[in-house]
Amino acid sequence: MSARVVLQHADISRALTRIAHEILESNRGPDDLVILGIPTRGVVLARRVARLVSEISGTGVPVGSLDVTMYRDDLSRNPTRAPSPTSIPARGLDGATVVLVDDVLYSGRTIRAALDAIGDIGRPRAVRLAALVDRGHRELPIRPDFVGKNLPSSPSERIFVRLEDVDGEESVTIEQGGV
Amino acid sequence: MRHLLSTRDLSRDAAIHILDVAEDMADTQTREVRKLPTLRGKTVVNLFFEDSTRTRISFEAAAKRLSADVINFSAKGSSVSKGESLKDTAQTLEEMGADAVVIRHGASGAPHTLAASGWIDAGIVNAGDGTHEHPTQALLDAFTIRRCLHGSASRGRALDGVTVAIVGDILHSRVARSNVWLLSALGARTVFVGPPTLVPNHLEGWPAEVSFDLDATLATGPDVVMMLRIQSERMNDAFFPNPREYSRRWGLDDERLARLGPDTIVMHPGPMNRGLEISSRAADSPRSTVREQVANGVSARMAVLYLLLSGERED
Amino acid sequence: MSNSSFLLSGATLPDGSTADIAIADGFVVGVGDGLDSVDAIVIDAAGLQALPGLVDLHTHLREPGYEDSETVLTGTRAAAAGGFTTVFAMANTSPVADTAGLVEQELALGEASGYATVQPIGAVTTGLAGERLAELGAMASSRARVRLFSDDGFCVSDPLLMRRALEYVKAFDGAIAQHAQEPRLTVGAQMNEGEVSTRLGLAGWPAVAEEAIIARDVLLTEHVGSRLHVCHVSTAGSVEIIRWAKARGIAVTAEVTPHHLLLTDDLAESYDARFKVNPPLRSAEDVAAVREGLADGTIDIVATDHAPHPDQHKDCAWPEAANGMVGLESALSVVHSAMVETGLLDWADVARVLSSAPARIGRLDGVGAPITVGSRADVVLYDTTASRTFDVDDLAGKSANSPYVGRQLPGRVVATFHRGVPTVLDGALRPHDEVLAGQRAVVGRG
Repeated sequence: MSARVVLQHADISRALTRIAHEILESNRGPDDLVILGIPTRGVVLARRVARLVSEISGTGVPVGSLDVTMYRDDLSRNPTRAPSPTSIPARGLDGATVVLVDDVLYSGRTIRAALDAIGDIGRPRAVRLAALVDRGHRELPIRPDFVGKNLPSSPSERIFVRLEDVDGEESVTIEQGGV
Repeated sequence: MRHLLSTRDLSRDAAIHILDVAEDMADTQTREVRKLPTLRGKTVVNLFFEDSTRTRISFEAAAKRLSADVINFSAKGSSVSKGESLKDTAQTLEEMGADAVVIRHGASGAPHTLAASGWIDAGIVNAGDGTHEHPTQALLDAFTIRRCLHGSASRGRALDGVTVAIVGDILHSRVARSNVWLLSALGARTVFVGPPTLVPNHLEGWPAEVSFDLDATLATGPDVVMMLRIQSERMNDAFFPNPREYSRRWGLDDERLARLGPDTIVMHPGPMNRGLEISSRAADSPRSTVREQVANGVSARMAVLYLLLSGERED
Repeated sequence: MSNSSFLLSGATLPDGSTADIAIADGFVVGVGDGLDSVDAIVIDAAGLQALPGLVDLHTHLREPGYEDSETVLTGTRAAAAGGFTTVFAMANTSPVADTAGLVEQELALGEASGYATVQPIGAVTTGLAGERLAELGAMASSRARVRLFSDDGFCVSDPLLMRRALEYVKAFDGAIAQHAQEPRLTVGAQMNEGEVSTRLGLAGWPAVAEEAIIARDVLLTEHVGSRLHVCHVSTAGSVEIIRWAKARGIAVTAEVTPHHLLLTDDLAESYDARFKVNPPLRSAEDVAAVREGLADGTIDIVATDHAPHPDQHKDCAWPEAANGMVGLESALSVVHSAMVETGLLDWADVARVLSSAPARIGRLDGVGAPITVGSRADVVLYDTTASRTFDVDDLAGKSANSPYVGRQLPGRVVATFHRGVPTVLDGALRPHDEVLAGQRAVVGRG
């Protein structure tokens, strides 16, 4: 199995910083921003993006996590998934600009589930999408607003995002298929 | 999880997992829209051979909040009361495409029989069978105890070191049976308290201690006092002289309530006989979790249905 | 097979010796080496255990009244398949066998079968209702010559009625076969009272409910100087009481079923109603005690309590299922497994507990005799070296409620001769017309 490093530690940090700037720019400042990560690694990324946005803007930006397990459309095709906690910042989502953060954007089904989950929690003014890696192969009309790295890939390849807080190291690698 | 028939099959990790999922379910119930799309397209049949409005509506709420279709099949006034067998009923439900059958039956073991029969492919949830078990009641009880002790830090935790006194008609109680296995799996200690006529003689190897003296047990400072309902049919069968004597020796009256430790909680699976096994003041006191138990019942049953019906079928 | 002469060559007799057995016209006409085989059909019995035809003191044939479970014909076929040549038919048919006419009818149904001798048991009380004595004397002097009376399925729980019944049957050397179950202690009982019943939430059937009745009955029997037979002894305490009673010289005999010799109450953990029976399967300690009781003679006999039920009475939740197991086809293999393989009994003992002793208790002359010249030719040939996974196909009756299906059991019945007529050959039942023709020929000549 061949593994190729696509992003190294510094690349990831740079990508996140750029995303933070782009979020502030598109939102014309930090007002009403809520950043929500999708478990597991999306939550770690969301916290880092929120910290960067707060540092750049000088205003604390609320961050939370959004579990989408219960909204997936592929539950009966996979072993039972254990849901992860959802935590929504105290201000709620009504009228907010929600930025969803995930590590890898692929078919788009996770994001569809996330949009359904958000709809059950509140009514944001807008929902944006940030992904560290966009590997293509979308199955739904979903596209990201903020991307760390576009990474054209074959469906047989697997993409691994490793983050310091979860994995003890930090990199994005692409590996040939086969388990 | 293929079926939920008994808590005796649950390992510590499996039990904690169910309780953790129940926490996730409880979280969703504070949202603006409490309905989740998770089990859309699944059919849950509530097959009730015994009347139990409380348990049925709890399962019904759980299934509906997960967007499952719910069919209520009450045996009273149906073909079942006209002599249709469990086998024929099961085969009917199979043809109707039931994905899960929540069964309440007066006969101990009926859910096992259904699960082992091959008459039906659906997942089976035991919602109380005879004097055998009532696993979801034990799950909601454990969930309630864990939340009382650990609050929002409950996830991932067991009940190590907790002492639970279960008081009353242990002999006929499916709640007591399901609780003792689950509490033991979670590391808690169980004391059965009741008149010797209503505590089983044969508890060899059970993770339970026995006491005939409620006051002595309360003096040891249990964390939880779980009062069981005294069924009216026990009153006339020489299990105890009369309700007054029962209440005096084994009821949680105001005086005993006042003697409980500051953190002791009072539970009751309902429906209560106020004034018999529990005084009104005890039932309504701040230590009483009776109402939380009802709310938690929906979360626990959502967790069970989710774990049974999502994911690939395990065989 | 019109020929009625057979030579079973080289069979092993119950005492362990080897001999040819010659059968003609319904009787054993020779036992010894190198017997003349002219005109006889020779059956190679080398290596096979010969036993006197088995006698079951406790069979439910269900006819009349419950023909969806069993008939006399199907029940006696099951008997033959299991090596039995005589069955005592319990009285709990519908109508109940409580008059001379009804026991004679049962006798006639047995004669019309031919697969085994059917000896009716009479009811103790009219309609098994436990209120008035049935016409015990009329049944005794009927063509059925009833000597054993039982309300089996129900206990004669009224002590006064039991006393009277025991006294009354002294007039014709009868005995009361008691189903020992104190009814008030077993209301709604589902299985043995113990840890397993507690765990399964099934109402318990305590050992004391059996022992209390046996203790009372042996004392009554002593008091009135009568004869008591205790059906299906299942507990260690019962064995002790009977041992004490026999030591006092009380005329009590007792039976144990094959299933109480082999199976234990933990089988109920499956909630599989095939294991539901009355009295219930007991603990391992009880099984050890009844085995010991059978070995030391405290328990006189093994009787099957063959109790057929149609599928719908077993294919349901345990508490809703009927009590009972079929047992005729498997009895010898189960005794082999529980008693012979364990060294507790030898084959001569098996011949006693499954043939001569039950015939003696039932006062049935000419039945259960040892395999000697002049005896009625009731003989079974049994392959002790065989082993099989017991299967529904091994059942020859109408019902399939055997607890042994899927279980490994030793031995196999190779041939059964009832009054000199083969009912089983090469392990297979013979056709009914052939069996009937053979019986007519024997009766005609005899």
